[in-house]
Amino acid sequence: MGEPLLDAVLSILIIVGQILLIVVPLLLAVAYLTYAERKVIGAMQLRQGPMTVGPFGLLQPLADGAKLFLKETVIPATSNKVVFILAPMITFTLAMIGWAVIPMGAGLVISDINVGVLYLLAVSSLGVYGIIMAGWASNSRYAFLGALRSSAQMISYEISIGLIIVSVLICAGSLNLSTIVEAQRGLWYFIPHFPMFMLFLASILAETNRHPFDLPEDEATLVTGYNVEYSSMAFALFFLGEYANMILMSAIASILFLGGWLPPFDIAPLNWVPGPIWFILKICLVLFVFIWARATLPRYRYDQLMRLGWKVFLPLSLVWVVLTSGFLVAFDLLPN
Amino acid sequence: MTIELALFYLLSAVTVGCAVMVIASRNPVHSVLFLILAFFNSAGLFLLLGAEFLAMILVVVYVGAVAVLFLFVVMMLDVNFRRLREGARLYWPIGALVGVILLAELILVTGGWAFAGGFETAAPIPSDPSITNTEALGRVIYTDYVYLFQTAGVILLVAIIGAIMLTLRPRGTLRRQDIAEQVHRRPQDTVELRKVDTGAGV
Repeated sequence: MGEPLLDAVLSILIIVGQILLIVVPLLLAVAYLTYAERKVIGAMQLRQGPMTVGPFGLLQPLADGAKLFLKETVIPATSNKVVFILAPMITFTLAMIGWAVIPMGAGLVISDINVGVLYLLAVSSLGVYGIIMAGWASNSRYAFLGALRSSAQMISYEISIGLIIVSVLICAGSLNLSTIVEAQRGLWYFIPHFPMFMLFLASILAETNRHPFDLPEDEATLVTGYNVEYSSMAFALFFLGEYANMILMSAIASILFLGGWLPPFDIAPLNWVPGPIWFILKICLVLFVFIWARATLPRYRYDQLMRLGWKVFLPLSLVWVVLTSGFLVAFDLLPN
Repeated sequence: MTIELALFYLLSAVTVGCAVMVIASRNPVHSVLFLILAFFNSAGLFLLLGAEFLAMILVVVYVGAVAVLFLFVVMMLDVNFRRLREGARLYWPIGALVGVILLAELILVTGGWAFAGGFETAAPIPSDPSITNTEALGRVIYTDYVYLFQTAGVILLVAIIGAIMLTLRPRGTLRRQDIAEQVHRRPQDTVELRKVDTGAGV
């Protein structure tokens, strides 16, 4: 009788271990992403960035974390308390659970499900709830306006992201992320789908509410948008969620367009490097684009943002789906 | 098997509980949030059935898009629930009637299955493990039912056009931005350098 129970407990422990193996490095990566962002933007603006805490300011993220942890948690008296506390938790959790299906290398994935791409779409489409709940529960005009902007923006850009992903899926012939990566052996999809790769990069900037599409936290007009009433760890959870989402979106971009864990060429010195290293390098490349865009581009006006999403990205990606499928059918290149 | 059974009861209990809370909670935003939780648990039930595609689509479409719009409307509208509840006493017999009819129909359907036999033939066809259910659905939708599928698409298109026409109203004073015109502006078309004599003006 004890045997199946023991097995069940053991398998649960293994899964918990795997989750920790993903989440702990992820949180470290988030901490040092903020450091990298400040350093890179500093370099682009001929400043030094954080320099005081530790050598080259390397301990700055830890100091920031400690500061946020020690601050007082303020819950506004007129807020809807349950929803107010739930919102940052939802944002943070959703930023984490997407990683369950991300393959780090051949077979290196917690859950290798058939509908991995749809799962990621579902997780990213849920991200809007954390923000809209925060904005509503704060019972503040600025927070609510920020939340409304953010949700409209995320819904709009999800559509173009979905269509861009469809054109990749047609080429790969599967919704499984590992299969999509394996299908790119020899030719990464960013070469044939180059316009879509560009659109995808712009769309994930909008989806994660980053510059130049960071209207939800437009500090000049909305103070800081949906998280204006949050302090201390609740704010930290939003912050961690936003950066973890950036890393998640970069991982998705690397898997869909940059060949995931595959080396650029399958030749001697390059394929000695293990797959996860390549994958991390590609994620860093996309993350650099995020930071680069933040340092370079001015913020969009809201109607221009909507125009770009609905009148430019949506038709372009739709046309590209038709073109791709037409090409594949005409030259009999469809997978399977 | 027992874990699956326990999961089934957990998910369905939470679904039913959330469905009750949708109509029972006083705050409309809470209602929508409970509705979302109910959608989630239904997606979990789909997953238990092995219908992972339907589960994900349920989350993407209903939770990710439809419920967000619900939430938008409920948050933006300042609904006075006390006034809404005033009429409730008048209408409850009709509501109860609808409920009773639905209950009777459910009993008829499940009872018919249980007593009239033929339950095995009515059960869904066991899925072929060699193809994923995304592929299985695609094969059926785009071959046997392609006309119905296309018709559904056309109906949705008509609905979109209808919704746009309902909200579109001419606004005379609106100044539209023409991006192409702005991009094609050249400095020499708009900027002029003049030498102005002191005190003479332009």
